[in-house]
Amino acid sequence: MREAYLDNSATTRCFPEVAGLMHRISLEEYGNPSSMHHRGVEAEKIIREAAGTLAGILKVPEKTLLFTSCGTESDNIAIIGGALASQRKGKHLITTAIEHPAVLESMRFLEKIGFSVTYLPVDRYGTVSPQDVEDAMRPDTILVSVMHTNNEIGSVQPIAEIGERIKGKNRSALFHVDAVQGFGKAQILPRKMHVDLLSASAHKIHGPKGVGLLYCGEKVRLQNLIFGGGQQGGMRSGTENVPGIAGMAEAAKALYENLDEDREKLFAMREYLAGAVQDIPGIYVNGQPGREGAPHILSLTVPGVRAEVLLHALEEKGVYVSSGSACSTNRPHISDTLTAIGMKREDLDSTIRLSFSVMNTMEDAQQAAYALHELVPFLRQFTRH
Amino acid sequence: MTYQCFLIKYAEIGIKGKNRHVFEDALVRQIKLALKPCEGNFAVHKTYGRIFVECLSAYDFEEVTQALSHVFGIWGICPVAVSDLVEPEELMAKAADFVKEVFPGSKSTFKVHTRRMDKSYPMDSQELNAELGHAILEACPDMSVDVHAPEIMIEVELREKIYFYAETIPGPGGLPVGVGGKAMLLLSGGIDSPVAGYMIAKRGVRLDAVYFNAPPYTSERALQKVIDLAREVAVYTGPICLHNINFTEIQLYIYQKCPHDELTIIMRRYMMRIAELLARKAGCLGLITGESIGQVASQTLTALGVTGEVCTLPVFRPLIGFDKEEIITVSKKIGTFETSILPYEDCCTIFVAKHPVTKPRLDTIVRHEKYLEEKIDEMVERAIETDDMILVDSTGFRHITGEEKN
Repeated sequence: MREAYLDNSATTRCFPEVAGLMHRISLEEYGNPSSMHHRGVEAEKIIREAAGTLAGILKVPEKTLLFTSCGTESDNIAIIGGALASQRKGKHLITTAIEHPAVLESMRFLEKIGFSVTYLPVDRYGTVSPQDVEDAMRPDTILVSVMHTNNEIGSVQPIAEIGERIKGKNRSALFHVDAVQGFGKAQILPRKMHVDLLSASAHKIHGPKGVGLLYCGEKVRLQNLIFGGGQQGGMRSGTENVPGIAGMAEAAKALYENLDEDREKLFAMREYLAGAVQDIPGIYVNGQPGREGAPHILSLTVPGVRAEVLLHALEEKGVYVSSGSACSTNRPHISDTLTAIGMKREDLDSTIRLSFSVMNTMEDAQQAAYALHELVPFLRQFTRH
Repeated sequence: MTYQCFLIKYAEIGIKGKNRHVFEDALVRQIKLALKPCEGNFAVHKTYGRIFVECLSAYDFEEVTQALSHVFGIWGICPVAVSDLVEPEELMAKAADFVKEVFPGSKSTFKVHTRRMDKSYPMDSQELNAELGHAILEACPDMSVDVHAPEIMIEVELREKIYFYAETIPGPGGLPVGVGGKAMLLLSGGIDSPVAGYMIAKRGVRLDAVYFNAPPYTSERALQKVIDLAREVAVYTGPICLHNINFTEIQLYIYQKCPHDELTIIMRRYMMRIAELLARKAGCLGLITGESIGQVASQTLTALGVTGEVCTLPVFRPLIGFDKEEIITVSKKIGTFETSILPYEDCCTIFVAKHPVTKPRLDTIVRHEKYLEEKIDEMVERAIETDDMILVDSTGFRHITGEEKN
């Protein structure tokens, strides 16, 4: 059966050239970047080059980049490390109701140890208002965390404007942006957007699993959370994942070389699919209208059909999607994002996410459209009473 | 202390008269099976009316006693120190060393119990008891003798070698798996059914299991969970053949044709029918379910009667009088609880009606099942034909294909 993998916001398939590069580095450039000898120097060079590539994309200095093990770790270091380092200035943080658990759970941990957190609401499209951010700012606010692209419905936040408002109120408050879903899909320039800390992940952009990136502005102070041999300026000890880091840079380079073209392609698939399912009674799309939102995420609510059942039924037709956010794995839990945009209770469990990548083709979108047309009416015959 | 041997004590087997050897052979077989995944070489033999596990190489004490403590039919496991047959003087010293090492600093009361199979030995059992007691008291001054209710019973057996043992690690009791034939367990993925399987297996019954899968309404992970549960039960029972039956078609057909408040009852009647057909094919002598009276709508006495009516094989419901809490206690003890509570939906709950019937009438149900006449037989046949058989043991699982199925 033909496979249409439309769960690219959960993870992506590695680009073949990325896998090839990592394979070669694993076999040939096996040195430890901290070693004094030639092998070590060669490995360090690979990391420097990767950092250079990524720094070029973000238009930031190379030494502001920190390599971690995943987007979650980057979020944890930024938020917890940032709060701990700034706690003498205040103990208040601001975030939104639709953040990824990596952010929300870090915030909850900080609440447990004496910080206070304001959770901002979003409108029905999943957008945060910059005015709300500004209004929530207090003299003791030390850190604001707002995601770039929401992982469940693809809403994109006005990061630059929010950054401007934060800095207008309090220059020393840190601005963290979780760009795990946005990196590789949009032009992101932390310095222009007044962003101090920015998280990204390799496996969402056709790089390897196990590599994350954290941009940390030059003047930003962080408390390190990992202790050890003092690698990466002591901020993140542990031997660097040399092939993984090189792989991430290679993947990012490939994506950013074709960004405009790829965005166009992603939008086209997303728009085709959204249009093609419109005639299924009751179905609706979540998130921002038009091209305001992410090009790759399509959140569909199919009233009367349970998302998990639809997911497995689509799977039988070779179409892979996710229900809610795959990052919350298999625990049936109410989605924070869907609740926050004010979705009706009975629809919360009827929402699926289809997410595209540049490795998809229009045929994949067509396959998904056919499958939905066939399955939804069938599944609607069998509902709980 | 290094023990060279384990003495296996069994309780009920001893009273099985002429069939005794059948039970003993089954126990030996089950012990060998349980020791297979353990590091080391072992010989298991029946001698002098008991079973010995002889350790032929280095082994991990914890691992071996753990494995043995899961074998039904074992009442107790005694780690035994073995020495060559020596003269009385040296025997006293060895016994004293043994006690000193096994019970360092103990203040317990003890008694020595000697068995002298080698009647040519210079001292008889009575004399040996007294002398050994004396030697042990000297070596362990904090201990004292109590011949009526000793805290520690020190056993010394003189055969072609000398065997010392004093501790008994409890086994699970019951009868060795296999002596009681085979039965088919309806395994759902919940807390109850693994416990029910465990309890019947404990009476010497080998298990096959059947799981009703309903893709796309149930996920691949729900099947994985059931396989994991079967593996956890297989720790006690040895290999289980799990029949993974695709039930979707039948379930949807019932949904379309029959009243929704009777859905669960009718569905369960078809599960029992299929389980029975599979059971007969596999040579099982009964069905096992985890039902307990009144737990859910389909487990009222009336409902149980209506469900069980379709079977001609006996249906065993070992949990019938258990409270949920009691079932959970056993489930935790045998190690299936954690897996049981993973949140994957099973096929019983998918279309459950808000108010299912609790007092179904057999004649009504039978009448409503007539609505299914047109296609149900071929659907049942298809479900059995597409049986995805999975052989599960404590170390892993594999799908059985083609020829092997028969």
